[in-house]
Amino acid sequence: MNNAQGWLELIIYTVVLWAVTKPLGLWVTAVLDPNGKTFLDPAVRPLERLTYRIFGIRPEKEQGWLSYAFSILMFSAVTMLFTYALLRLQAALPLNPQKLPAVADHLAFNTAASFTTNTNWQSYAGESTMSYLSQMLALALHNFLSAAVGIAVAAAIVRGIARHTVATVGNFWVDLVRIHYYLLIPICVVYALFLVSQGMVQNFKPYDTAKVIEPQKVQVQKKDDAGNPVKDAQGNPVMEEQTVDSQTIVEGPMASQIAIKMLGTNGGGYTNANAAHPFENPTPLSNFVQMLSIFAIPSALTYYLGRATRNQRHGWTVWAAMTIMFLAGVLVCWWAEAAGNPLLNGLGIDPAGGNMEGKEVRFGIFDSALFATITTDASCGAVNAMHDSFTPLGGLVPMVNIQLGELIFGGVGAGLYDMLVFIVLAVFIAGLMVGRTPEYLGKKIEAYDVKMATFAILLMAFSMLGFSAYACVTPWGQAGLNNNGPHGLSEILYAYSSCTGNNGSAFAGLTAAPANGDPHYDITLGLATLIGRFGMIIPALALAGSLGRKKLIPAGPGTFPVTGPLFVVLVIGTIVLVGALTFFPALSLAPILEHFLMHSGKLF
Amino acid sequence: MAAKTHSIFDPAIIIPAIGESFKKLNPTTLARNPVMFVTEVGAAITTVLLFLGHGHEFGFFLQIALWLWFTVLFANFAEAMAEGRGKAQAKALRATRTQTYANRVVDGGLEKVGAEQLRKGDVVIVNAGEIIPGDGEVIEGAATVDESAITGESAPVIRESGGDRSAVTGGTKVLSDQLTIRITSNPGETFLDRMIGLVEGAQRQKTPNEIALTILLSGLTIIFLIAMISLKAYGIYSGVDFSIPVLVALLVCLIPTTIGGLLSAIGIAGIDRLVQKNVLAMSGRSVEAAGDVDVLLLDKTGTITLGNRQATEFRPAPGVERQQLAEAAQLASLADETPEGRSIVILAKQFGIRGRELHEMGEAHFVPFTAQTRMSGVDLNGLSYRKGSADAIRKFTGGTLPGAVEEAVAQISSAGGTPLVVAANAEVLGTILLKDVVKGGLADRFERFRAMGIRTIMITGDNRLTAAAIAREAGVDDFLAEAKPEDKLALIRKEQLNGHLVAMTGDGTNDAPALAQADVGVAMNTGTQAAKEAGNMVDLDSNPTKLIEVVEIGKQLLITRGALTTFSIANDVAKYFAIIPAMVVGTFPQISPLNVMRLHSPDSAILSAVIFNAVIIIALIPLALRGVKFRPLGAASILTRNLLIYGLGGILLPFVGIKLIDVIITALHLA
Repeated sequence: MNNAQGWLELIIYTVVLWAVTKPLGLWVTAVLDPNGKTFLDPAVRPLERLTYRIFGIRPEKEQGWLSYAFSILMFSAVTMLFTYALLRLQAALPLNPQKLPAVADHLAFNTAASFTTNTNWQSYAGESTMSYLSQMLALALHNFLSAAVGIAVAAAIVRGIARHTVATVGNFWVDLVRIHYYLLIPICVVYALFLVSQGMVQNFKPYDTAKVIEPQKVQVQKKDDAGNPVKDAQGNPVMEEQTVDSQTIVEGPMASQIAIKMLGTNGGGYTNANAAHPFENPTPLSNFVQMLSIFAIPSALTYYLGRATRNQRHGWTVWAAMTIMFLAGVLVCWWAEAAGNPLLNGLGIDPAGGNMEGKEVRFGIFDSALFATITTDASCGAVNAMHDSFTPLGGLVPMVNIQLGELIFGGVGAGLYDMLVFIVLAVFIAGLMVGRTPEYLGKKIEAYDVKMATFAILLMAFSMLGFSAYACVTPWGQAGLNNNGPHGLSEILYAYSSCTGNNGSAFAGLTAAPANGDPHYDITLGLATLIGRFGMIIPALALAGSLGRKKLIPAGPGTFPVTGPLFVVLVIGTIVLVGALTFFPALSLAPILEHFLMHSGKLF
Repeated sequence: MAAKTHSIFDPAIIIPAIGESFKKLNPTTLARNPVMFVTEVGAAITTVLLFLGHGHEFGFFLQIALWLWFTVLFANFAEAMAEGRGKAQAKALRATRTQTYANRVVDGGLEKVGAEQLRKGDVVIVNAGEIIPGDGEVIEGAATVDESAITGESAPVIRESGGDRSAVTGGTKVLSDQLTIRITSNPGETFLDRMIGLVEGAQRQKTPNEIALTILLSGLTIIFLIAMISLKAYGIYSGVDFSIPVLVALLVCLIPTTIGGLLSAIGIAGIDRLVQKNVLAMSGRSVEAAGDVDVLLLDKTGTITLGNRQATEFRPAPGVERQQLAEAAQLASLADETPEGRSIVILAKQFGIRGRELHEMGEAHFVPFTAQTRMSGVDLNGLSYRKGSADAIRKFTGGTLPGAVEEAVAQISSAGGTPLVVAANAEVLGTILLKDVVKGGLADRFERFRAMGIRTIMITGDNRLTAAAIAREAGVDDFLAEAKPEDKLALIRKEQLNGHLVAMTGDGTNDAPALAQADVGVAMNTGTQAAKEAGNMVDLDSNPTKLIEVVEIGKQLLITRGALTTFSIANDVAKYFAIIPAMVVGTFPQISPLNVMRLHSPDSAILSAVIFNAVIIIALIPLALRGVKFRPLGAASILTRNLLIYGLGGILLPFVGIKLIDVIITALHLA
């Protein structure tokens, strides 16, 4: 960690993030107010009105939480079905120059669920599975829609907190339209142009083929004419030699998709290598801006929270809690990766290089650790290094970030509402200690609110731990593993955590879509994304409705303080304690055990 | 009433509580408490497994099973202790009401029946020397009543039909005369009975906050259940065989047994502390609400000021000695039996004027105070001493008052006091300042309330000027002057509309609507039945200042509950570091650095954690019953303090405790 450039970049990153929070926060505040004014109004307002007229939306009519939630569920169900259908029919649809076949049913379900829920877990390699139409319509569509849904839910819960004795939390359709027209689309247009300027591709050309300078021979599994692996008498696969003398160069509408992939914390790569691919992340500047764009909207939403509740210090307090947890994650991950693998160091490899396995040489240790922390804090899931190849403790950081609930800035909108669920719990547990029944920003936290918050956290734990436990004792679960021992368990745990947390990154040693077509991983991981998304959204909206209906208790010296260092400590303490208590047993058999075994000379 | 504080170690309470602890093992009643129910199921499972095999480690598993049962028993014991202390209080109250007979009025006569046979609406006659058989309202007659059995106050009080002094309480004794009383409650429904029910398990209902907390604790329990079941699967994957008793032990250590076991004890103890202050709460909910109150409505008279106005200063007219004025004032007040008059005599004594006996004074002609003349005095030795209102004295002297005196009168009035003027014949000697005397220490107390975010509002029938002066002196935040009962109600509604929670005291029938509207309404025991029915607490001492203590007890209850919840959850960190390495180290010795406490062996580590988990419940019973010490500070400082003690302390203490237990059981060769 004696890397001055790393420290400098970390400081610059944090300061720039802080600097964009207020202006973007003010912008978001205007967008989330149906009557908010922006400089885009002359151009966009007529379009907005036209959209309302076409779809019969009555912008002045607000919805109660139940109706809001129902709208989201219906909207998500319809768009998910649309994507599923498109993927299944891909072969028959246009814009498929590679003549890619239809996507298998379980993979289509997994992908549709994953993209609808802002997870973008990819059981497939993008460039070899998805046609241009699938990329642009079936997948990129959700990059926008799921991001907007997340922000809308955050807006609804913030309204619930800010309002009192009111039964409504906003109009979902208005939120959806305004978030697209004023926030996501304008920023993405500018952002995509910037990415093109950095060298990212944006075209509809078929893939190029290049002759490699130095052809290589590799051993591959021999396949018969039907494409099945050939086995010898003992049942072992037969290998044959193949010469690689050419390379396929990916083309296509990449920049437009990458912009929303980052800004909307989607993370689904255009290529399988994701942001480690030279086209998907061409320059150090593109790397920095991509990292910044992941946190930008979640960070701005904390400002919106403060603005809407007329307690800006509270907004900044939440921001500070997130930032501290983020920095702690970066430092641990950086330290673990920089320390490298003691066994390799013992073989005489220069320990100053750190653990470079699975990392893009262009980015090195620090940028990989920073990117990994950001992308898992924020439920983005884009990667510029392979998390699976991190040291046990280095890989523990992304995993724990996800398991804590994707609330360290978190997914767009999702981070804020996840955080608010935890704040409700923190306030409830500690609030009594000031001698009053617990209250948050003037709202009493009562049985119903606790029920909803607890229910959400319970479901997350169930999905992350339960599916992992199921997978690790079944043949299909173990068959997907590339590594055995505690590292294999980490791969399974990471997969279900990532899907439940709607992150989408992976310990890539896990093959979720095996060659034999076993659908178990696709289905269970798909279910995990749905539980993680709607198992949180529905309780969060119920909380929004409940808080909005309550009376407002004026603040005074006897009011539970929700600003300042004390509250930061309290919130972090609650999140870490609940997270640690839930996941410590599992982690102790996975990365923690792996760490100790590594230091005694055993690798997996 | 026997409002004595029972020692926590009183064997009369502890011994029956031990028996109760076993009775409470009944799963049907324990199911009310999900955390302890899960613990009991875990204990039962380990016990059954003990006899189905696992012979190789019989001694170890036997100890685990025993300690799991102890965990449940200790929690039951905590509840039984709290109930026992409450019952002891209630018993003292109840003792007064056994074997009471009543003369019930029936068609054309009286019949003697047992008090327990009386029903609401029955009319009884109680003669001097008899015990009043039940709560009721005097419909005829007036009598002195000894209420010391309820209030501990030995001076008898007057109870009469009509007005605000018509309510009587069962168990009190008529000393003189005869009362005709209409009984207002059925047996078992008097406020005493309701109170007794509150501290006994059967009728106790969870308060809203207890329900919310139970939901959270149940949620945590389920999360840990998921974690344990999945851990079993991870163990299978990793080739580590986690035995069921060890998993159960880990589960019980992790679920919040400490707060789960002490929750109801904390609630009962809160009500019990109120009873020790001679306040009866009608529900646990009202105690909780008392903690939330942020506006106190305080009646001026009796709460903020001592009963009546008192003379505090003599202001002589120019050329008159203060001594001379004092003497004249005393003489003029000798015949004034009002409290104001007596206070003048007392004040004059401070000027060295001895009390005079009327018979020493020879040919004195007294003019008593009347509401018409608004003046009292004495004609003595040819001089007519008079004291009275400025108008009355003006009329008496037949002209105007000296300029300086007029000035003094105006000044006293504008400062909120009452001026009385003293004259001897036509000579005006000076003025007496009468004013309300604010009880000592109140200003400090209100200051502390302000720090806690509680606003105090004084209610008075006085005019604005007077009210403002007293409000300033007493240090209340606000006042309502010239208040009629309906203004009180309106004020409460207004405050509640703005989100405040309001507490008040009251005794009259016309207070009843306001008492009912207030979030915490403390009715005075001397008040009318209507007032008592409307409020949700009754103060047996009829001391309005006690409202302040009620609020403190409510806050203390909530703080105790929060502190122990935080402590309980924070404890889990150390338990993980004790148990998880112990479970894994057999298969993977490399994980031993995780055993940060350096516990002796896997068995001793697990056992130590289980023992700590059980023993901590017993260790915290005194704290749960007494409550966390309450400090009147702002929310931020209370929170910082409690987070340090119960949060950080809750994380650190078990590391020490478990290590200590490990050393002991290793020395004893238990594991």
